[in-house]
Amino acid sequence: MPELTYLQAISDGLRTEMRADERVFLMGEDIGVFGGAFKVTDGFVAEFGEQRVMDTPLAESAIVGTAVGAAVVGMRPVCEMQFADFISCGFDQLVNVAGKMHYRQGLAVPITVRLPSGGGFSGGPFHSQNPEAWFMHAPGLKVVAPSTPEDAKGLLIGAIRDPNPVVYLEHKNLYRRVRGEVPEGSYATGFDARVARAGDDLTVIAYGAMVHVALEATAPELLDGAAVEVIDLRSLVPLDEAAILASVKKTSKVVVLDEANATCAAGAQVAALIAERGFEDLDGPVVRIAAPDVPIPFSPPLEQAVLPGVERVKEACRDLLAY
Amino acid sequence: MAMAMGIAGSDAADDSVADVSVHLTRADRVELLRTMLTMRGIEQRALNLYRQGRVPGSFYDGFGQEAVSTGATFAMAAEDRICALHRDLAAHVVRGTALERILAQYMGRATGVTQGRDGNVHFGDKDLGVVGMVSMLPDMMLVATGMAMAFKLRGEARAALTFFGDGSTSRGDFHEALNWAAVQRLPVIFVLENNQFAYSTPLAKQWTVEPIERARAYGMPGVSVDGNDAEAVFEAVRAARERAIAGGGPTLVEAVTMRMHGHAAHDDMRYVPAELLAQWRERDPIELQERRLAAELDVAALRAEVQAAIDAATAVALRAPMPDPATATDGVFAEQAVPLGDGRAPWSGFARTEA
Ligand SMILES: Cc1ncc(C[n+]2csc(CCOP(=O)(O)OP(=O)(O)O)c2C)c(N)n1
Repeated sequence: MPELTYLQAISDGLRTEMRADERVFLMGEDIGVFGGAFKVTDGFVAEFGEQRVMDTPLAESAIVGTAVGAAVVGMRPVCEMQFADFISCGFDQLVNVAGKMHYRQGLAVPITVRLPSGGGFSGGPFHSQNPEAWFMHAPGLKVVAPSTPEDAKGLLIGAIRDPNPVVYLEHKNLYRRVRGEVPEGSYATGFDARVARAGDDLTVIAYGAMVHVALEATAPELLDGAAVEVIDLRSLVPLDEAAILASVKKTSKVVVLDEANATCAAGAQVAALIAERGFEDLDGPVVRIAAPDVPIPFSPPLEQAVLPGVERVKEACRDLLAY
Repeated sequence: MAMAMGIAGSDAADDSVADVSVHLTRADRVELLRTMLTMRGIEQRALNLYRQGRVPGSFYDGFGQEAVSTGATFAMAAEDRICALHRDLAAHVVRGTALERILAQYMGRATGVTQGRDGNVHFGDKDLGVVGMVSMLPDMMLVATGMAMAFKLRGEARAALTFFGDGSTSRGDFHEALNWAAVQRLPVIFVLENNQFAYSTPLAKQWTVEPIERARAYGMPGVSVDGNDAEAVFEAVRAARERAIAGGGPTLVEAVTMRMHGHAAHDDMRYVPAELLAQWRERDPIELQERRLAAELDVAALRAEVQAAIDAATAVALRAPMPDPATATDGVFAEQAVPLGDGRAPWSGFARTEA
């Protein structure tokens, strides 16, 4: 199996589906000859032509809205937001048009919207957001967030094939930092959770970049040999409730970790699920770690104070293990 | 070369640059040049600091576009309000933001305009009547429209101005702002900074009808000026402001210019044809203004003066502390609402009306 970066795996997933299915085409700002702000579609125009790798005007509402239109007449559009943050400008088409279409009219909207998200590099309040919860709250949208190159490819192919609008969160901080083996050819990863590391003493539930923080913070040598299970949610809608509850049953102690702002975050949904349906299995309070409810600041000391990091997670696990 | 010959030349007839506005004194013209030199010097300094790893995040500048924010802001009164964007550093210089605060801003220091909360060009000094941009383009067109709406509601003789780029004309907010401002005849000036590219995207992929044509369709004048001549930009905005204050409504001013650097520091802009850049290099806005003043001004001395101010500001900014992490969650909500303050308005025309 070839080793790819997270970013290369995303490109590989797009390329694989475009080769296999001529209904698949891409839309976004500067994605054509330029290859995209992060170079995900570098070289795509040469292979697929400008029609299928479409440079759009600077118009997010139009990108999402025309994708909806193309989808309902049989295409499989994949939209790139230059940064996840700019999806706010396409919010209405995504939430109200795409998300509600099937429930209202029985009409499927198979679009994928790629959101380069997350902080950690002084992007400031408009280039660092993790907007997944906005879309979890909107019925009719699926929301996935890979943490590994293998899943980056598989979830993307799964998203493109899914008959529903799928919001695909790709964490910018993983693009070139994370490498891993990626199967060749076409495969779709299911929208369910995976056990990133098995353990019996405590569970950390995370997704996206925070899976790596969780794994690093809970290495056995950092926690007196405790065996910490790390669950990588991969999909937030649908949420793999069975996997979450099974792990809670096994370890009885849970830390829920989000990079997003804490209030109404994905982690809040997970914590609520455990409170409702895993209460009997708990041996301690459900602990949440997330960014406080502030815009993600630019200056490194401020940003580091806000974003959950290894130290904070390790301390929280240590405290909960001792509970 | 042309410039050197102009300075040395006998009567320099071929090389002299005509004055565009009768409303500018010689001191005003020097001030325009000083402002452009300051913008360029600060951005070059910040770019060096970025390359040294002292400016976090990404780095945007307005190299080659200095005449636009310089000329436009120069035409605005102290009580007017401005939304400055990412190519418009001179707007802050004209309004009076201290240079050390701008450099500290780039470096994410506690003494920067946003105290490290936001980065690079995402700032505006509220005490000087400037609203800092958000990244979502061109959101500020609506904010400027709203400021103008309030001025009209209160019967005040004031105007608002916003900048925006060619790419930004494709967003719905562009339409909403122009239409709203025209329907309500608001005192707002929309300055389109047409720098030929939106990141890698050329104009041909952005529009088929010129924005100034579209302005007319909305019901406001659209005027196109040489965006590399600060005096031409000044004169167009001055006239637009006069109209706005007199109740004539909004104007769209297109400043035609060129983005001479990449979209941001990481961008080698391979997609820009070399000949195009070479053509525009001949039309540098600072060199133009220097030629205009060459006969009567010691340009080298002015440059040295500006550079000294930037050096001093750099030293101050470099000594400033980084923000205290304990303050990271402060300031999300206001305790009280204080409106924007007045800025500096150095144009001599204002001095006359106030005197
Ligand atoms: C709504 C929105 N979408 C995408 C972006 C990402 N982006 C930043 S600058 C830029 C190009 C802007 O072009 P233009 O408006 O012409 O201004 P210029 O940068 O050329 O001055 C893009 C696409 C953005 N800032 N806002």
